[in-house]
Formats: sequence, structure tokens, C-alpha cells
Amino acid sequence: MSENVPKKMALIASKGTLDWAYPPFILASTAAAMDMEVKIFFTFFGLPLLKKNLKTAVSPLGNPAMPMKMPFGPKFFQNISWPIPNLVTSNVPGFESVATGLMKQTFKKKGVATIEELRDMCVEFDVELIGCQMTMDVFGFEKEDFIDGVNIGGAATFLEFAADADITLFV
Amino acid sequence: MTDYNEELDCSGLNCPLPILKTKKAVDKLESGQILKMVSTDPGSCNDVEAWSNRTKNQLLESGKEGDKYVFYIEKK
Repeated sequence: MSENVPKKMALIASKGTLDWAYPPFILASTAAAMDMEVKIFFTFFGLPLLKKNLKTAVSPLGNPAMPMKMPFGPKFFQNISWPIPNLVTSNVPGFESVATGLMKQTFKKKGVATIEELRDMCVEFDVELIGCQMTMDVFGFEKEDFIDGVNIGGAATFLEFAADADITLFV
Repeated sequence: MTDYNEELDCSGLNCPLPILKTKKAVDKLESGQILKMVSTDPGSCNDVEAWSNRTKNQLLESGKEGDKYVFYIEKK
């Protein structure tokens, strides 16, 4: 352990899609691995990331910069970014599940951890996970819906820690 | 060729897994013991250095062996 006071990082995770779930868990687990003290405040659509049974998905609709790529076939084929019109992404039933499946497969092939793995690492490295009480009330979550060890709090709980944090990010 | 106590193979893993697994492996060592970590992620070159600077576990040596990156880290 370092003799110095550890650096602190305070994150707000406000989005729960597969793509937006990665940054807070990657940063938190890595910061903890770098001996920092880390707390993540999960609010609004970020709150479901604390659920025992994670169901993260990604939608190409409204994500115009998201490359649509295939996780199989020869390299040139995998590198093609498929131009899929909004008419298809928004109207073809099940398109979102397909896009989510393709992205998860691509991540797996490239050796990227799953959200569950990164979250487990955070717990193992003593990252404090704080669920937003107000969001729980609004969307009808109970503490039992979340993984063990989650603390519940509000804006003041986060700000008290964030006031002394060296890094503060809103994701 | 540096002597080492433990070896960790992070081949095929992408950011941030090599760092997370390195931290876990180093935690299990005694002070002064050396971990050899092997990875295929080009990003881990800068990342291992940054991690070692921050945690004060010393990066004794790093280099390329074939298509793999090799790091020797001494636990502080």
C-alpha cells in the first residue's frame, strides 16, 4: 500500500445501454487496480446496471456513428461498415437484438471483458456502487433487485465523496 | 532474460483485462518477487507502464518476443 493518501475517483453512470455500460466499469476497475478509491453513483438509466440479472442491449437507431460490423468471415468482410438505413433499424422487428448479438460477439472475439466480468472485478477491488434512491422510487426497483454490497443514496451522498475526488466524470 | 517467480499469460485479452489480471497476480506475490506478464494487446505497453508508475510496482523490463509483448514487474 502506498504511504500517500490514495487518489479518489467519483463517477456517475447515467446510461444503461451495452455501449455506455462499458466506460464506467472499465474506468472504475482500472482505477481501483491503480490503487485509487472509487465510487460510482448509478442514476436514471444507469441504475439497471446494478441488477443481478443484467440485460444490456445496444440500439443502432439514434447512434449514427455506430459501425455495423460482422464478427465472422474474412478480415476485409469484418472491416466493412454496413450502411443500414434508419428505416430498417427502427422498423424491422428484432433488429436491436441482432445488433446487440453482433456487438457482443465482436467484443468476445476481440478479448474484451463482458460487463458482468468488469462489474465483478469492481466488486472484488472494493469499488463502492451506489444506487440512486430517487431513481429506484421512480422506476420501481427494490434493493433486492441489485447485486450484494450495493449502497443506496442520493445526490448528497455522491457529492460528499466527489468534493474530495481527484477525478470526477459523468458518463 | 530476467528470472521471475510467477507467469501470467494475457494473450488475446483486450483493455483493461491485462491490467486487471496483472494487478490480481501482483497482489498474490510477496514484496520483491517478480511477475512475468505476456500480452498481445499493443495498448498494454503504455498501460503497464502507467499502471506501474501509479502503483509503484516496478517495471523492470519490457520488450517484444515474436508477436507478444513481455513485461517483468517487481512487486513493491
